[in-house]
This record gives sequence, structure tokens and C-alpha cells, in this order.
Amino acid sequence: MSNPILTHLDVLESESIHIMREVAAECKNPALLFSGGKDSIVMLRLAEKAFRPAKFPFPLVHIDTEHNFPEVIACRDKLAADLGERLIVRSLEDSIKRGTIVIKDPDKPRNPYQSVTLLETIAEFGFDACMGGARRDEEKARAKERIFSFRDEFGQWDPKNQRPELWDIYNTRVHPGENIRVFPISNWTEMDIWQYIDREKLHIPSIYYAHEREVIRRGGAVIPVSHLVQPKAGEKIEVVSVRFRTVGDMTCTAPVESTAHNVREIIEETATTRITERGATRMDDQTSDASMELRKKEGYF
Amino acid sequence: MSNTTQLLRFITAGSVDDGKSTLIGRLLHDSKSIFEDQFSAISKTSEKRGMAAVDLSLLTDGLQAEREQGITIDVAYRYFATPKRKFIIGDTPGHEQYTRNMVTAASTANLAIILIDARKGVLTQTRRHTYLASLVGVPHIVLAVNKMDMVDYSEARFNEICTEYLAFAAQLGLHDITCVPLSALVGDMLVERGDNMSWYQGTTLMDLLESVEIDHDVNTTDFRYPVQWVCRPQTEEYHDFRGFMGRIEAGEVAVGDEITILPNGRSTRVKEIVTYDGNLQRAYAPQSITLTLADEIDISRGDMFVKSDAMPQVSKELEAMLCWLSEAPLDKNRKYIIKHTTRMVKCLFARLDYRVDVNTLEQRETATLNMNDIARVAMKVQQPLVFDTYRRNRASGSFIVIDEATNNTVAAGMMV
Repeated sequence: MSNPILTHLDVLESESIHIMREVAAECKNPALLFSGGKDSIVMLRLAEKAFRPAKFPFPLVHIDTEHNFPEVIACRDKLAADLGERLIVRSLEDSIKRGTIVIKDPDKPRNPYQSVTLLETIAEFGFDACMGGARRDEEKARAKERIFSFRDEFGQWDPKNQRPELWDIYNTRVHPGENIRVFPISNWTEMDIWQYIDREKLHIPSIYYAHEREVIRRGGAVIPVSHLVQPKAGEKIEVVSVRFRTVGDMTCTAPVESTAHNVREIIEETATTRITERGATRMDDQTSDASMELRKKEGYF
Repeated sequence: MSNTTQLLRFITAGSVDDGKSTLIGRLLHDSKSIFEDQFSAISKTSEKRGMAAVDLSLLTDGLQAEREQGITIDVAYRYFATPKRKFIIGDTPGHEQYTRNMVTAASTANLAIILIDARKGVLTQTRRHTYLASLVGVPHIVLAVNKMDMVDYSEARFNEICTEYLAFAAQLGLHDITCVPLSALVGDMLVERGDNMSWYQGTTLMDLLESVEIDHDVNTTDFRYPVQWVCRPQTEEYHDFRGFMGRIEAGEVAVGDEITILPNGRSTRVKEIVTYDGNLQRAYAPQSITLTLADEIDISRGDMFVKSDAMPQVSKELEAMLCWLSEAPLDKNRKYIIKHTTRMVKCLFARLDYRVDVNTLEQRETATLNMNDIARVAMKVQQPLVFDTYRRNRASGSFIVIDEATNNTVAAGMMV
């Protein structure tokens, strides 16, 4: 009997489940980084598929910049509670109080500081593996990241000295103090994520769908007005129908103009868009050609 | 792209001079996978470097070090999709680290595009790339004869190259080879046929990528199920549940099938095939599932479920082709670790039979292994492994070697 044709989503899903089970089996104290964004919501469904009917053999961890959209935080808390899984939240504020993060400009994006709190959280709990929802199609530094990405004692990524990764035999071994970042959805694209959200009927934060929002236009980008971002002199507030393609730090995540009110409409827009996901939405990646690579070397995801 | 598209992974082998980056750039461009912001970023960089035209190869250069030096130093993965398929390209650089990088990228590929410059024909590097593709068992090979515009789109030249190449490939036991004449620069026979090669009756490169049959790239006959994780929820509802989680690496399994658990050799029947989306009657490679069994048997990670009509080998002695990946050479006096399927065992190198010169394919005597060496070796392992030859089954015939002191992956192995 010949095999039924497995679709690309079936194959990607099975690969991700296989990766998560390898982590559970070989790492002593893993964690799953969960932000409430769409990629990490897909990760949660994959973890359910990997481990049910048992509980997850790891906690969920969120490094909160406290610059997050409230809809995303609400979704994070609801999903973790619905699943009955343990959620650990550590905030940049904790690091600021400890003095390990010194913020120069409180209105500036906080993504660069996330690495500090993440590394402190890894040390606090002794995690030897952290799974994250990063994808290789997001950014060119990520295109070369391994699925099991080794980090030294300082949490640093050395792109020139990565472990070769062959077949799907993963080397999970680390010495004490070192850790591994694992990216089970490395091979998924933005389109795959949306198709999977559609197929699995996943609940995602409302701001991924088109909604009316007060924005200002600054340097070619549409920027959401919030308590952190107010119009400067000469800028005027407009109300525009927008949706978010990524949901990060409120001060550096721009929405795109859109009228897509459901997942099918988002899939159509994704199929025809001419701008990359991060290109449209992340002001922090556009500082230089190598912004993401530099952040990753310092321990960022 | 619909929800029913298949996934094809391929690699491109060739140097920048053969137009490899142009070829990838054009596949991405003509399938509308290059975005405006990516294009504007590489346009700016091309301009800064004083180039006349936009350098599409910049699209595949990932890291700062590479951009500074203008070279690619590792394997990068690119993604694009057409209405028929989703594609993952493993892009490998073409210089001295080549063997290691190509073996890495080829290990997961369904197909390899071997790129040739029509003016130069079959070169040493063509033979090297083809040998490595055959070593790693890439199921489908495409010989892309590029720069046909530079040889007046000559059918005779194309045929001459194909004849020479096919004769060489046959020696390696490669049979699924398709030759396509191309001009990546002009775009002929990539996505569009163009007007210059009406003598060519075959498919375009894109048609080939979209239609090559990949259902049998995994072994569909010999059931192989390495246990990854034992699921014991120990909740009230699932009090006695013991599920064996894993991915079917080859073949298929149905409820009621008799299976043998290796290496201990005990047999039982499949009671249920459990998934999050409900129980199945039958499951196939490469699905990830959970199996429950009719009898209580002591089973742990590293055990392999098989069926008695297709038994693998079980042994503490292995013969393998090895590709050495590490800068530190092999130290035959030391123990290393093998990770094979879901099993990790200590190993010793018993014998180095020979090293293969990847340029001439000659076998040479060798006392050690250095980075990029390919060699036939004999190894001993502390506990028995359950395996097949790599030719028969990629998943149960492959392993990696790990250095216990550094935890680095130092070699890739293929059972012979």
C-alpha cells in the first residue's frame, strides 16, 4: 500500500514534534519561551501534539519587556491557563531594579535588553535548553542558525563556530553553565504559520486582525499611538484600519494597513505582499544590515 | 499555495563562477519570493560596492563576516513556494570547507542541482559534487548546464556534456539524473522556456522541481520506529497509559500489527495509534505518533520497533563511510560518542580502511582523519545498535560522532 500524500504542513508539524521530543528526552531542564505572539502560539499547539495526554515536560517562560500590547499579554495568560501549564514570567523591570539593566531612554525599544533578563532567568532556573519560535525565513542571520543552537557560558552565539547539523540527528550535549537554544519551527515560513493557524483554528491576539487604530506616520512607517508613543510636534494622529504581522515591543512594532478580518483574508494578503515580515514591522532590525546578528551574538534569541 | 502542497528540499552545488547565486536569485525572483525591502537592501549594498547591476548573490549572504569578506562561510536555508510546492534550498559555499558543508546540506535533501558552466563542461569539482551527492544518497540529481547563452545555445555542446556526465554518474551507481540546459542570466529554461533552445524537449528546471516524484524518497517498506520518549501521564483519566512516542522513520504501521522490540527481541501487537487529533488505524513515515502495545514490556528511549518481515541488523560492530567535520583530527586512542536514531553510545575506532580522494575518487591509505576527509572505517560500540545500511534506509543508516570532551559534532557516518 502506498503512503497517502503528507502535505508540507504535515511534514513540518511532524518535524517540530520530533524536535520537541528530542529536547524533552535529552535535555535535563528545558523551557519553552512563550510570548503570546502567533509563532509561540503555534509552538504551544505543537507541544500539545508532542506530549498529550501528558503535561508538558517543561514550563513556559516569558521575558516581559513591559512594552507589550495588552491584548498579547491577555492571550498569553489565557492560553497558559486553558492548557493548565506552568507559566514563568520574568520582567525587564526586575533586572532594572537589580541594576543589571540601565535604561538610558525610557521610550526607546527594549528588545536589546531582553537578552539580559533572559540570561538571568536561565541562570535562576538552571535551564539547559530554551525552545523558541524563531524562524529561518524571518531574517538573514536566522537563515544560518541551527535548529539546536549552542550558546556558551555568556549566552553567546558564535556564527562561525556552529556545530554541523546533519539529517535530523541533533547534538543536545552541553557542559554545565552552557545551554542550547532550540528552534522547532526553523523551517516554517510566515505563510506556513498562517496556514497552520487556519488549519488548527488557533486563538490569537485580536491585534493580528484588521482593526481601527490611532497611528502616526514617521519615517515611512505607520506607528501605533500608545502611552509610550505620542505624536511629536507637527505629527498628526490618524485613524487607520491596520493589523500587526508581528507583535513585539510597542515602541518598535509597526502595523500594516489592512482590511483582513479573518485568517483566510490574512493568508491572501500574505500571499500577495511584497514586503518581508520584519521589514514591514520591525524598526529595530533596520538600524543596520547586521542588527539581528549583533543582538544574537549577545545572547538574544 | 494550498494546504495540500508537498515539501521538497534541494541543494545547489557549484561555485559562484558557475552562476549559482544568480540561479538561486532567479528562482526566488521569478517565483516572486524576493520582497521589495530585500531587493532595496541589496541594491543599496551593490551600489555602495560600486557594482553596475544588482548583485543577486547578496540575497544568499547571511552573516556580517561574510558580507565584509564577500564570501559564504556556512550553510544557509532559503524558502520559497509556488502554487504546487513549498521549497527549502540548502545553499552551500563553494570553497575549501566545501565537503563538510555540502555533506551537511545534502543530508536532508531530496534533490541536488549540480551546476556546470557550459563552456567548461565536466570539471573536477563537478565530479566531487556528484560523488558527495551519491555518498549522502541524495535521491534525485539534476545536471544544470548553465551559461548556454555563452555557447550559442548549442545542442551539440549540451549533448556532449550530458554524455560525459552520465557515463561518470553511472560509475557511482546514480541513475535518477535529469539534464537541463539553462541560462540563469537570461532566464531560459528556469521558469520560462525562452526562445533560444527550441531543440530541447525536456522540462524547465522549475517544472522539474515541481513535479519530481518524492513519495518514495523515504523507505516505505521496512517499518522503523525508534522510541523517543515514554509517555506516562499518571493522571486519573490516563492511569495506566503507557505510550511510546516517536516518529515513523520508514514504512508504516497499523493497529493489530505484530512488532518486535530491538535490541531485546521481544514481540507484541500494536494496541492503539494515538495522536492529538484522535486515534488512527494506520500511520506512515514520517508521521510523529504515540503507540500503545498489547503487552507490558520494559521499553525505553533508544529501543526500536520493527516488523519481523524486514529485520534490521543488530550489532556492536559497524562498518561505515565517515565524513570528518571537525578541525581537530581524529585521535584513534580516544573514545567518542555515537548518536544513532535515538540512541547514544560510546565508540572506538577499530580500523581506518582507506580515505577517498574526492577529486579523483582514488582510495588512499590513511593513519588519521582530518577535516573534510571521507573514509571507510570500522567501529566498535559499547551497546548494540539497531541499524540498516544507509543505501537501504537513510534514517536508520546514519549517525553522528560527538567528541566527549568538547561536545562538538566531529563526524557524520553512513552504515555500509
